[in-house]
Amino acid sequence: MLTVYAARERLRRREVSAVELTRAFLERIHALNPRLNAYLTVADETALAMAGDADARMARGEDTPLLGVPIAIKDVLSTRDMRTTAGSKILANYTPSWDATAVARLRAMGAVFLGKLNCDEFAMGSSTENSAFGPTRNPWDETRVPGGSSGGSAAAVAADLCCAALGTDTGGSIRQPAALCGVTGLKNSYGRVSRYGLIAFASSLDTVGALTKDARDAAIMLRAMEGRDPLDSTSVEVEPIDVASLDQSRDSLRGLRVGVPAEYFGDGMQPDVAQRVREAIAHLQALGASVREVNLPRTHLGLPVYYIIAPAEASANLARFDGVKYGLRVQGRDLIATYMETRGAGFGAEVKRRIMLGTYALSAGYYDAYYIRAQKVRTLIKRDFEQAFSHVDIIAAPVSPTTAFPLGAKIDDPIQMYLADVFTLPVSLAGICGISIPCGFDRDGLPVGLQLIGPAFGEQRVLEVAHVFQQTTDFHLQKPKWHGQPRSS
Amino acid sequence: MLTVAEVERIARLARLALREDEQARYARQLSAILDYAAQLAELDVEGIPPTATVLAVHSVMREGDEVVAGLPRADALRNAPDTDGASFVVPATFDDE
Repeated sequence: MLTVYAARERLRRREVSAVELTRAFLERIHALNPRLNAYLTVADETALAMAGDADARMARGEDTPLLGVPIAIKDVLSTRDMRTTAGSKILANYTPSWDATAVARLRAMGAVFLGKLNCDEFAMGSSTENSAFGPTRNPWDETRVPGGSSGGSAAAVAADLCCAALGTDTGGSIRQPAALCGVTGLKNSYGRVSRYGLIAFASSLDTVGALTKDARDAAIMLRAMEGRDPLDSTSVEVEPIDVASLDQSRDSLRGLRVGVPAEYFGDGMQPDVAQRVREAIAHLQALGASVREVNLPRTHLGLPVYYIIAPAEASANLARFDGVKYGLRVQGRDLIATYMETRGAGFGAEVKRRIMLGTYALSAGYYDAYYIRAQKVRTLIKRDFEQAFSHVDIIAAPVSPTTAFPLGAKIDDPIQMYLADVFTLPVSLAGICGISIPCGFDRDGLPVGLQLIGPAFGEQRVLEVAHVFQQTTDFHLQKPKWHGQPRSS
Repeated sequence: MLTVAEVERIARLARLALREDEQARYARQLSAILDYAAQLAELDVEGIPPTATVLAVHSVMREGDEVVAGLPRADALRNAPDTDGASFVVPATFDDE
């Protein structure tokens, strides 16, 4: 397991060159990706050229926290001259002419891009089964889903197919796959990282972040991407993450006030998931934190609110896919027919479902009853968190009610699939931050995630608590057992 | 319960061509999701302001207005399904050309 931090240390000490490191990752990807389908594009030539540039920069004495470090990028983020599909047939041959701002900042720091990672189509889903290019498989059990929508990112990090991966989280799409694949995933507060160049799903909810092997790497990646961007008017300048202070945090959480919401431990929970999360909270207490119950009474309303607001925004955002300027075109008898045939053929089942749901919620006669009402309840959900954070510093809860489920188990039942995100949706609606970190395993040996939730722009504290947890546990260091090792490892 | 006719109307608004089996399936699935969302109707939200964005900032002014190079034409056209080398080519909008 090679973290961003460890890779950088080895590169700095000249134990390995960026080209050697990149070549080793590419070999491992070619050996394992046919089984996992985590990568949609493996950019061998580009990666080796970027690694060569990084080695040259190091030879000139340059140093950045990411110089020469091989990473990979969820395929909803634009990458200059590198195919970007959003997991959709409609963009199967799309190659952007610009980088997303998050990508550009990592490129400027000398990170090496190994390729693009699989995801649910337009980031809509909780299992990566909605990808037009086939599902990603969970490295812990290849008959199970990796979660979603950043399932390729989570699987690639879990299987050591990159040092870290970019993902996006609109309703849980970083945290839930991180939990199901046993990696660390930070969903940033809305506005902390620019959304420019992210192929938009739900613009009031979309966030860009990283899936990593530990909390320190999560801090390094956030520090590299965060901050105001003139190209995104909703991006915000905040106090930057202080990565060095993580290492100064002692193995103690004395004085920390942790809230535990009873609403996150209700019916429908897999018993050993609830058990592992309660043990993790007991561990925080053993480290000196004080634990008290908090109330988040609208938790159950997160799902209906989200599935009105997000599809409504998606139906507007996805109107741009019209077969004119880019992407697939299916020619019809006139322009309207061309739009309809193109979109009918180019979008998958879940994307069409959400576009229609959003179109309905925004249509005359239903706008007030569904869309405005959902926005009002969103206000109540946000207030619940504000109220809770007046008593506690951080909230500890499960990430998802279950561990990784079998491929195909929920694909025909949208509501069952949506319930996988019931504990991540409220944080997204409130625009606050949350991290998923590994906190144990279920009876089948599948990873369980602990969600640590902070207030808006409270990432520093969330990362510090996650880091102390990881300094005193080894769940994040455990790796899937490979049945039938690939030749190259 | 949404009817197939209602699904057809929504699909038309959304510019989506659906097959017959899709229409029937979506009528069932969209109805189930809307039934689930019906619990929102039971809440008292009198006087609660809607949240369109969680940020406190509104109507951000653009920072300066410097002249910068735009997207080169070749880049704008590189992903187009059909071009004549200078413009996007699309089917006629009106019947009588």
